[in-house]
Amino acid sequence: MKIHEYQAKEILSQYQIAVPLGKVAHTPEQAKSVAREVGGNLWVVKAQIHAGGRGKGGGVKLAHSLEEVEELSRTMIGMTLVTYQTGPEGKKVNKVLIEKGYALDKEYYLALVLDRSSEKISVIGSPEGGVSIEEVAKKKPEKIFKDSADTLEGFKPDQLKSLAQKMGFLGDAQAQFQAIVAALYKAFVEKDASLVEINPLVSTKEGKLLALDAKINFDDNALYRHPEIEQLRDFNEEDPKEVEASKFNLSYIHLDGNIGCMVNGAGLAMATMDIIKLAGGEPANFLDVGGGASQEKVTEAFKLILSDKNVKAVLVNIFGGIMRCDVIARGILDAVKHVEMNIPLVVRLEGTNVEEGRKILKESGLKIISATTMKDAAQKAVRAIQ
Amino acid sequence: MSILVHKNTMVMVQGLTGKEGTFHARQCVAYGTQIVAGVTPGKGGEAVDGIPVFNSVKEAKEKTGANASVIFVPPKFGAAAIREAADAQLDLMICITEGIPALDMLKLKQYLKKQKKTRLIGPNCPGVITPGECKVGIMPGHIHKKGKVGVISRSGTLTYEAVDQLTRLGLGQSTCIGIGGDSIIGTQFVDLLELFEKDPETKAIVMIGEIGGSAEEEAADFIKKNVTKPVVGFIAGMTAPEGKRMGHAGAIIAGGKGTATEKIAALKAAGVHVSQSPADIGETVAKVLRS
Repeated sequence: MKIHEYQAKEILSQYQIAVPLGKVAHTPEQAKSVAREVGGNLWVVKAQIHAGGRGKGGGVKLAHSLEEVEELSRTMIGMTLVTYQTGPEGKKVNKVLIEKGYALDKEYYLALVLDRSSEKISVIGSPEGGVSIEEVAKKKPEKIFKDSADTLEGFKPDQLKSLAQKMGFLGDAQAQFQAIVAALYKAFVEKDASLVEINPLVSTKEGKLLALDAKINFDDNALYRHPEIEQLRDFNEEDPKEVEASKFNLSYIHLDGNIGCMVNGAGLAMATMDIIKLAGGEPANFLDVGGGASQEKVTEAFKLILSDKNVKAVLVNIFGGIMRCDVIARGILDAVKHVEMNIPLVVRLEGTNVEEGRKILKESGLKIISATTMKDAAQKAVRAIQ
Repeated sequence: MSILVHKNTMVMVQGLTGKEGTFHARQCVAYGTQIVAGVTPGKGGEAVDGIPVFNSVKEAKEKTGANASVIFVPPKFGAAAIREAADAQLDLMICITEGIPALDMLKLKQYLKKQKKTRLIGPNCPGVITPGECKVGIMPGHIHKKGKVGVISRSGTLTYEAVDQLTRLGLGQSTCIGIGGDSIIGTQFVDLLELFEKDPETKAIVMIGEIGGSAEEEAADFIKKNVTKPVVGFIAGMTAPEGKRMGHAGAIIAGGKGTATEKIAALKAAGVHVSQSPADIGETVAKVLRS
């Protein structure tokens, strides 16, 4: 699960990591009053969306007066922000974060990640902050420093010291940096994060380290033990179809193509998308109805697929294992009765009781194009829309 | 021969009294697997289809001689169930449960690396089957056929698809293992490639990977150095968008890393016969074995 920058900063504050003075605002008026509250004569207005690269897209601006804060917020709230992470359709900005502006000295990169390869929590630091770490990795890989925590006790003091030195921190800044990494680690473990990223971490002219930006991703599997985190979920940031799907325990991802697919199992669902592409078509979605797809789930899955107006044909690919094909065939018939189906439907059933399943579909009188293999199904779906 | 499970494997089911546990235990028994015990804390003394239920893994092992466990408990008890089976010094644990927190798995892995005795398959996996001998998991037994191809996969139904293709071509399997779709799992491709390489019965290996992580790249590296048997590969997720979790917790392209393109390139460079289409996995194996 992803959260907003302002929410991530609230969590960092709970762990005594310094963040700029500021608050979220939902209206231009509110933005102005937050700026007044924060004080000073320089503010930053930051669009709050679940995507990076906001600065280049015009989602981060400096304001030199309270009026300018209000004005910038008025432009930003309601605008559609396009960044390299949002895709060309962009994301609508519903709120802004108003922060005090600081005189900055230097920008750094700091992140903790769940390292799948070493099966440890790793820290990544770089004195080249403020740009994406992928970019640093490409241009100056020697400026990226990495270390892993050997146990779940966290990083040892000498590990932190060594990292701080490589990053170029001296004296008091070094102590501040070590405390920040230790606190981040604590937050990571206690909140079941999968990624915590501060980019940039900055040193101010006064020599203070501040988390100027913050991003935290959480492990969905652990949300059950963090109701306080689950509350931070912002449904406005998610694809409405994906939100709807999650209510029925369907795993759905919206894509840009026109062949909708319904598959059981995540691996087979990805492979089905791939084979549609190989057959010369474009998949409209990823949809895994799960191993024990009930009639209700199949119906909801159909509704979801058909609610996408780009979809010109539907491909059902089911490998019935424990789930019997005759049960699935009845589920499809039932679903088709409940939804208006005016586009070609290609069904490929395989596995237990497949003969009976195919017979049920054939005798239903419905216009179903039946296919025998995955390849056959993909080719028939592509042909159906040509 | 086979790897991990065979006709003498004695299996206990953690979570036998639950709906899933009971259903799949019956399927395993019907296949011929020796399911000798169940474990559900507080339900010791009960029985399911004549299979005795015990309060703990330790007790189940002592009373029945079970040396493997298949785990069907809810995700929040998953890590504790695995830990209990490891503490009882079983040889093998197969965790079907989906949804165990990654940090729980991280802690468990650190423990298992020190313990060195008990092998964990999964979590979030369909299990392991040695056709004609022993099925420990949720896969449909009837699509399998005894033979010489070893199958390793991060997926469930996609594995059934591949196995079905093999069986239809008359190519049986030595052992098929679903290693699980999570980001932190007990046994990786590399571990199983090593076992298949040593298994005299296995003549070819199929590995089915997907986007996310770098397990396939590590496997490619291992294959290049250590595997003499032909390996056929497929990677799911060529068309998956970046930053989206494709059903499996571990199937995500993050920061441009973990793409199918990268993985396919690594496998090809290691001499793996990569099937471009998921429909041609069986054919690719047939071709490799003919040559």
